[in-house]
Amino acid sequence: MKHESIETNAGLLIVLTLIVISIGGLVEIVPLYFIESTIEKVEVEGKETIHPYSPLELRGRDIYQREGCYTCHSQMIRPFRDEALRYGHYSLAAESKFDHPFQWGSKRTGPDLARVGGKYSNEWHVQHLIAPRSVVKESIMPNYPWLMKSLNYKNVRDRMRALKMVGVPYSENTAEYEANVKRFGEDVAKNLDILRAEENLLAQAASGNYDGKADDVTEMDAIVAYLQLLGTMVDFSKFDDGHFADFR
Amino acid sequence: MVASSAPVEQYNYDIVRKFTIMALVWGVLGMTAGVYIASELTWPFLNFNIPEITFGRLRPVHTTLVIFGFGGSALFATSYYVVQRTCQTRLFSDGMANFTFWGWNLSVGLAAISYMLGYTQAREYAEMVWPIDLLIAVTWVVYLVIYVMTLRKRSQPHIYVANWFFIAFILATALLHIFNNMAVPVHMFSLESYSLHAGVQDAMTQWWYGHNAVGFFLTAAFLGMMYYFIPKQVGRPVYSYRLSIIHFWALIFLYMWVGGHHLHWTALPDWASTLAAGFSILLLMPSWGGMINGIMTLSGAWDKLRTDPIIRFMIVSLSFYGMSTFEGPLMSLKSVNALSHYTDWTVGHVHSGALGWVAMVSFGSFYHLIPRLWGTKMYSEKLIFAHFWLATIGIVLYIAALWVAGIGQGLMLRGFDEYGNLAYTFIESVSFLYEPYAVRAFGGALFLTGILLMFYNTMMTIRKSKKEQAEIDAKVAAKLANA
Repeated sequence: MKHESIETNAGLLIVLTLIVISIGGLVEIVPLYFIESTIEKVEVEGKETIHPYSPLELRGRDIYQREGCYTCHSQMIRPFRDEALRYGHYSLAAESKFDHPFQWGSKRTGPDLARVGGKYSNEWHVQHLIAPRSVVKESIMPNYPWLMKSLNYKNVRDRMRALKMVGVPYSENTAEYEANVKRFGEDVAKNLDILRAEENLLAQAASGNYDGKADDVTEMDAIVAYLQLLGTMVDFSKFDDGHFADFR
Repeated sequence: MVASSAPVEQYNYDIVRKFTIMALVWGVLGMTAGVYIASELTWPFLNFNIPEITFGRLRPVHTTLVIFGFGGSALFATSYYVVQRTCQTRLFSDGMANFTFWGWNLSVGLAAISYMLGYTQAREYAEMVWPIDLLIAVTWVVYLVIYVMTLRKRSQPHIYVANWFFIAFILATALLHIFNNMAVPVHMFSLESYSLHAGVQDAMTQWWYGHNAVGFFLTAAFLGMMYYFIPKQVGRPVYSYRLSIIHFWALIFLYMWVGGHHLHWTALPDWASTLAAGFSILLLMPSWGGMINGIMTLSGAWDKLRTDPIIRFMIVSLSFYGMSTFEGPLMSLKSVNALSHYTDWTVGHVHSGALGWVAMVSFGSFYHLIPRLWGTKMYSEKLIFAHFWLATIGIVLYIAALWVAGIGQGLMLRGFDEYGNLAYTFIESVSFLYEPYAVRAFGGALFLTGILLMFYNTMMTIRKSKKEQAEIDAKVAAKLANA
């Protein structure tokens, strides 16, 4: 076939172009859904330890996205010695399997946050978010004093239902709840119950009291709860060295 | 019948004029936002504790206004111009063309406002919330229909090479936009949504989209621009017809594979990122095929570099295109990427493409186009020269500063002392960035000053055109009165 026949036929040009531009994406994206080793199995004593976010953590993650934290912070530790020393074990694909959307990021203007959970106290996070330079003098992060306002959690059930539609195992009936108990254990399963969302959110904020203000559930409670969870769902001491390398 | 001095134009230039003006408006706003956020990184007090203008919210405002506002409007303007000229036929539908104008500009404007208010999908370069995504999808389908129908009623047997690139850009953008933005809204009346994909699949989809926003939006389409305006401005035919065929098909095939190089060493399986790296290296060839075809078309008109500032914009844009499409494959090598990823080197690389190639070839094309659209000469050629130097020096400062910042920070973060401990804390690497960041903000400010001059020059040209038109109208009226 001469190229002239393509140049003189708009329909042919369009069809051929569509075929040519479709191949790359099909070959690279579709198999990720079917190759089982893509996402590691992380089970301890028959229970999955990586679980969906509680209602409070979920709202914290929404705020993380709203403020564009991903424009300066990654959540993806690479398998290098310096990153292992600085941040901890490299990130697993399984650790973001309930993340809609993923927040791996592309730029570290600030440090990686994939394992920031438990590294600093709640008080430190609150102080740091309100006025970063009061704890780290050279920081170039903006102040976020407005996170001390009350948290809007009215539509938290709608949020969990939307996430359920895209595949996150939040439960809405007894059968689904029982399945979650089997999969994640009872403590986690309780937090994934959509019908108890507000109750769970208030209980976690009260017991965690992340922002140090007992009388009010604030956006600060939510985002600190989220940050304190990051990277804590896999206990690497429970796995043999090199176990996760088999998946790469 | 009264003769009018402004008959209905053979081609629809009205839509081209409108998109040209909006490209400059978005360019000025988007680059202002860019200089501002660059300054926030240098002097963080500029965040002023105002949520709407903090770095995290303004950064997508900057990228959206520049890529989709400036770049997108420039592409609408030039593609509508080129398809009419090369097919020697009027646009398929004026009404539909106007719809794309309002649909597109509304999307860009609403997106910017919504980010400042905190509504975002938190996907890089695809931050628009779902209702805006729908508006963009409808606008884009109408754009495709106009383009295809205009091609179909061409009075030339051949479809000119510039149009191949434009059509590939329109088709690929539609594909990318739809598959990357699939999401479930929180509620029918909520602007928020959660993406269909999660984790590793979501990352691959997003960077398949993200890199092809570069590959098709910021490259293929601008090659279409190049294939029309460079031969026109130098008055020479395209250097090699055969090269244009080969590099077109190779470019659009290979680009779609390379997005995974943004995910080296992550939890994306090795096979996927290795494949992406392999294709990234192959991509050097068609990229340089385009550059060579452009430069060889310019070759033979080198003497005009002394007198024609437009050709200067074009040659510099092709040089930056060649440079950044060499740097890209280099950075896609895993060992280089281990250092460059997550640092400002990436940001510098994007800007050598976006400022050096995309913006410069657009400026050159617009300076060619504006006098023809408004039927007069540019108000000031001196200002074009000034713009050229401000833009060129601005880019060089910008990129050099971010090479220093990126490579410097990369080396610091992987540095060990003699006992095997980390040599630097993270915050020490942040302190190191202060000077390169200040130079970067200054370079960006020079570039912004350049486009401000262009904006002024264009407005004065339009004013001049109106005055000249009024004089002609008065003369015609006088003649008619005498007759």
